[in-house]
Amino acid sequence: MSTVIQIDQVSKMYRLGEVGSGTLTHDINSWWARIRGKEDPNSKLADVNDRTTMTNNEYVWALKDVSFDVKQGEVLGIIGRNGAGKSTLLKILSRTTLPTEGTIKAKGRIASLLEVGTGFHPELTGRENIYQNGAILGMTRREITRKFDEIVDFAGVARYIDTPVKRYSSGMYVRLAFAVAAHLEPEILIVDEVLAVGDAEFQKKCLGKMKDVSTNDGRTVLFVSHNLAAVKTLCTRSVLLSQGTVRDIGDTNQIVTQYVKLNADHMTRRIDYKGEGHAPGNDKIKVLRAEVTPELISIEDAITISFELLNLTHFKKLKIAFDLVNANEQIVFSTATDITINEREVGTAKCFIPGNFLNDDIYSVWFYAFTDEMTHLLLLKDMLNFEVIDKSRDYAYLGKINGVIRPTLVWETSG
Amino acid sequence: MVTHRAQNRSTFFYFATFGAKEINLTQYVKESNEDWTIVIKPQSGLFDIDFKELIQYRDLLYIFVRRDLMAVYKQTILGPVWFFIQPLLTTLVYAFVYGGIANIGTDGKPRLLFYLTGTVLWAYFSECLVTTSSTFTANAAVFGKVYFPRVILPLAKVISTLFKMGIQMILLAIAYAVYIALGQYSFQVNGYILTLPLLIIIMANLGLGAGMIVTSMTIKYRDLQYLVAFGVQLLMFAAPVVYPLSRFHGKMLLLLKLNPVSAVIETFRAAVLGGVVDWPMLGYSFIVSTILLLIGFLIFNKAEKSFIDTV
Repeated sequence: MSTVIQIDQVSKMYRLGEVGSGTLTHDINSWWARIRGKEDPNSKLADVNDRTTMTNNEYVWALKDVSFDVKQGEVLGIIGRNGAGKSTLLKILSRTTLPTEGTIKAKGRIASLLEVGTGFHPELTGRENIYQNGAILGMTRREITRKFDEIVDFAGVARYIDTPVKRYSSGMYVRLAFAVAAHLEPEILIVDEVLAVGDAEFQKKCLGKMKDVSTNDGRTVLFVSHNLAAVKTLCTRSVLLSQGTVRDIGDTNQIVTQYVKLNADHMTRRIDYKGEGHAPGNDKIKVLRAEVTPELISIEDAITISFELLNLTHFKKLKIAFDLVNANEQIVFSTATDITINEREVGTAKCFIPGNFLNDDIYSVWFYAFTDEMTHLLLLKDMLNFEVIDKSRDYAYLGKINGVIRPTLVWETSG
Repeated sequence: MVTHRAQNRSTFFYFATFGAKEINLTQYVKESNEDWTIVIKPQSGLFDIDFKELIQYRDLLYIFVRRDLMAVYKQTILGPVWFFIQPLLTTLVYAFVYGGIANIGTDGKPRLLFYLTGTVLWAYFSECLVTTSSTFTANAAVFGKVYFPRVILPLAKVISTLFKMGIQMILLAIAYAVYIALGQYSFQVNGYILTLPLLIIIMANLGLGAGMIVTSMTIKYRDLQYLVAFGVQLLMFAAPVVYPLSRFHGKMLLLLKLNPVSAVIETFRAAVLGGVVDWPMLGYSFIVSTILLLIGFLIFNKAEKSFIDTV
């Protein structure tokens, strides 16, 4: 297969802060350096992109030396945490901005689903907007006329085609926009988080169309998503971006695992203060060690949460408990056990959560300790965090599956 | 499709030359360099303009022109009648204020016709300038998402504004006919009217050129946006829109003649209401407008590529 996109040492520098009167002096400095053929003094100052640290530096590299190739007909996944540089890369690819350094070469038209609906004029009807949006994406009027019925049919808005789009529901809006972009027949299609919108039926259509576009027509798709199930199912190869650089590129399963590990680095999956004085807790109970295993948790894995506690009270009979809280701050469940620990001694406890029970989400463990008469001893919010990741699916729907939990239950069917 | 054919050729070429799996990428790329249809690289020279691309997007130009004409008066009762009402009321106000109250002469021409001939082309210029100068700021949302040659938008405005001007011309013709029918003025339209296309081109060049410079600057420095809004109004008094040039002499006259808009309006009046054309002044005006357009286009072209980072 031949290479359709070649990304070579692409970097992008951004200026932070407000553009104001100080801008002019910086501009003049850069301009003066350019004239003398010297390196821009402002670019030397730039930092790698790490949003969490605060520096006085106004310049930042959103992308730094990104290089990879995309082959014809492949669906390439692009994943990374927020701020990894995904959007910047897509902006450069869709030519809304230029790289600061490096080049990208591509064969054929690049259309991006980033622009879902943005080319629409609210006062114009669906019909007029199809023509306008198509033309913005580089189609000729004849091409659009040829595809018109197919587009309307795909979007399912035939009844409203002569109504101004400002009266459309947001779902109709997106469907129409996707339909135009998908029928444009670009050689390279960029799909960015399009699965976050639309109902299940439409998602199914979109994904079907994406597969169709790559396998049957030999076109290339760049798929950017936080939805790991979708990435795993659609892409054979993926790129992992981190702080503006390519962390790795290769087989999707391996890349997703790396991505989750990278995320896990930012979570407290394990605390270990054995023998140290500053273990979390108070003058009654101290948590010397706590851990969630395994390291990477897929949806079908059984999870073990273990605790090691130091009892500083004279109560021997204790109750320990934890709330499992999901990313929406909903308490998924609360569980408790009795434990006996002598004064100034250490006790351990393990809780087993079965596989195929939790939904894919990020969870936090809120730890409690009481006496057996329910006198409160300790509460540690957010003591541990972990993520449960979805696996690839063999059916068409790839959006998040509803529900706080996602148990595998026994079904009986007939028919 | 052309690109597909080109791709197949290169694939074949590659296999023939390098055989199975080892990709000698640098060499491969060098050999098939012309197959790349899109090359994205950092900002290069000032004259890096892709005219071929503009032709590819001509349908978009057509669609934008249509949109400009249709979307403006959607959900209004009077619809396109507004195209008439605006200039008519403006002219009546001018006739009342400048003619009636200030009593500025009109070279013996009927007041209404004098002001109409002045405002028709002036309005065209000022609308081109004002709409073009907000190109980037007004379309930031779209520009941030999709790529197409940005210059299409101001071009579309210049063309759609042409239609509005056409309607004002009709208004002028009607007013003229009424004056003749009432026996208040005789038919004075003469051969100079053939310069009309040139006059329109000069006005479009000026509006587009100045507008493109302003919009490129407003990306970073919004100050200019405020300047343009009232600057255009002030500029009208530096051109013979509501007064005849014949009122002035010496240095003041020279100053007014330096304004490239002056020649256009004077020429149009001479063509429609009778008079003589100052050819050197018109030539000067054309040259200035062309240079302004070129400068505007170059600055615009440079600004469009990275404006989304600073807007």
